[in-house]
Amino acid sequence: MKKELTIFDKPRNVRILLVCFYISLGVLLIADFFIHKHAAFGWEAYPDFFAAYGFISCVLLIYIAKLLRRLIKRSEDYYRDGQ
Amino acid sequence: MHLAVLNLHIPPGLIFILGALLIPAFRGRVKSAYMMLLPVLAFLTLIYTPLGQHWTVDFLDYELILGRLDRLSRIFGIIFILISLLSVVFALKVRDDVQHTAGLIYAGGALGVTLAGDVFSLYVFWEIMAVASAFLILARRTRASRAAAFRYIMVHIFGGLCLLAGILLYVQNTGTAAFSLMQLSGADGILIFIGVAVNAAIPPLHPWLPDAYPEATVTGAVFLSAFTTKSAVYVMARMFAGTEVLIYLGAIMTAIPIFYAVLENDIRRVLAYSLINQVGFMLCGIGIGTPLAINGTVAHAFCHILYKALLFMSAGAVLHVTGKIRCTDLGGLYKTMPLTALFCIVGAASISAFPLFSGFISKSMIISAAAHHKMAIVWLVLQFASAGVFHHAGIKVPYFMFFGHDSGIRAKEPPFNMLAAMFVAAFLCIFLGIRFDLLYALLPYAADYAPYTGAHVVGQLQLLMFGALAFCLLILSGKYPAEIRALNLDTDWFYRKGARVISRAADAGLNGLNRICENIFAVFLPTCLKRFFDSLPVFVVSAFYGLSAADRWPDTGRGADLTKSRKTDIAVRAGLLPVGIGPLLAILLIVGLCLKIYLF
Repeated sequence: MKKELTIFDKPRNVRILLVCFYISLGVLLIADFFIHKHAAFGWEAYPDFFAAYGFISCVLLIYIAKLLRRLIKRSEDYYRDGQ
Repeated sequence: MHLAVLNLHIPPGLIFILGALLIPAFRGRVKSAYMMLLPVLAFLTLIYTPLGQHWTVDFLDYELILGRLDRLSRIFGIIFILISLLSVVFALKVRDDVQHTAGLIYAGGALGVTLAGDVFSLYVFWEIMAVASAFLILARRTRASRAAAFRYIMVHIFGGLCLLAGILLYVQNTGTAAFSLMQLSGADGILIFIGVAVNAAIPPLHPWLPDAYPEATVTGAVFLSAFTTKSAVYVMARMFAGTEVLIYLGAIMTAIPIFYAVLENDIRRVLAYSLINQVGFMLCGIGIGTPLAINGTVAHAFCHILYKALLFMSAGAVLHVTGKIRCTDLGGLYKTMPLTALFCIVGAASISAFPLFSGFISKSMIISAAAHHKMAIVWLVLQFASAGVFHHAGIKVPYFMFFGHDSGIRAKEPPFNMLAAMFVAAFLCIFLGIRFDLLYALLPYAADYAPYTGAHVVGQLQLLMFGALAFCLLILSGKYPAEIRALNLDTDWFYRKGARVISRAADAGLNGLNRICENIFAVFLPTCLKRFFDSLPVFVVSAFYGLSAADRWPDTGRGADLTKSRKTDIAVRAGLLPVGIGPLLAILLIVGLCLKIYLF
């Protein structure tokens, strides 16, 4: 048996990864105040606009997808009958 | 030796198509070397041929141009040849000549389309692509793949016929066969547009793509991901640049498929939906039509072909070694396949347009072009789609295959050739992200675009990382839609279920008409005629002889109680008349003749 990687099996490593992730988010939120913006639209100039937009987009995406699933979900054999 | 001597002076598309026919003649290492040699020769021929028109052939009153080489066609030619080489390397160990031959003919068709300078050769190479690519799906040799290939070829025959009809009208109307900018008006423009839109997978004409690509062979899907849609993007850029409706179609196309990609269970189907989403960005750029937007489209096509092929390679490698491809069956593969996982993550980062990866330096040009023209809604949709892409292709694909729950599968890394192809593709994804100037130098228009500004980088990183935060929180709280074995309805419902309705309607309608006709002409009319000719003698006899035949019927014995007409009937049939029917007819004839002489 080949040697296996198990770094993500240890909860401690996953926690470290998540902490790094959250720190990078904080850094991005702060960095936004120090950059020169050349906004084409008014809203682009709002502080941390992209963070909010990205977060809301993805939450909306998931919830709309969940609603959509109710409409379009069929069994895997849906087209198979009678073929 | 200077490499220019390897310029074969024949169209690169034909190098592929003719060369591919000889593949079955070779064995073992010679075959592998030969298959890799073809793209190399085509590449050298392409880059050592100067810009301009080459390889023209007279055809009827028109001129076929097999080599219209300008900055737009050259860059598409380069990436098509490059990706064929990588796909060939990825497929080297496949012991199936059908796939090798079909793959290279298909690539040759795409190159032919790219370099075509007239609409006739465009059409011929277009159809070569359609036929050859269907074999990459058929070659999986499963029941599902045969059915999918059938639907695939039917859809492409429809698209091809629209294109052909449009081309014929166009040639008839304009008197030229030039493959150049045209208006989306008139039957010719609209038919050509629909024909190309089928291949570009513009909704609602898109479902053939997520239907067929996931059913293709492991290596066939890599070829498929590169050529059909991107050659359609090239034709759109050539013929319909600046057509406004493409902006909106493209924006819709970026947004709709991501919902499906979130729900889809089959990894290669997730990638197919994200492919449509990426082509949406390109079509949007073509619709905007400014030099920046067209540059962005071309650069995005170039980068997209590489990272999409890389993603299909990594998913294909997983399918190859595990035999499984559904999210519900996979997970935790990073433990034994770290290299494949790494390459997949590079592809995922590129498609998500992370700074320093290839998608970033191309997609931001298109979004900037939308911003320059103050297209607020389009811009918001494109940004939404960018966040969504990261969500499904950037996180979901690597997460559910290589991390997530441990499926218990402990598969080995794929063979060396597959790893090598993935490595080169991954390298190029990062290389283009850093040395974007080399790509920009090849674009159709002079490019002075600066992707790495503080605002771009921070904005894009915020968009992506906070999208990732949403994913993280939803996964940890269990709100993320569970991966389930299911099928999601798409617009192919209309022809997959619709075909049955048509078949039933045809059964009820046409077969019904058949039955009615049969009843009238095979049952009702003959019966009537039979009755008529049966009763005619009886009628005539009764008319002339009165019922005398019946009167002479014996009063006693058998049949005495029958009606008079029945007695007449029997008497006629049995020849029991006092005078035979022959004299009667003779009298009728004489009367008729007399009448004729008297009247005329």
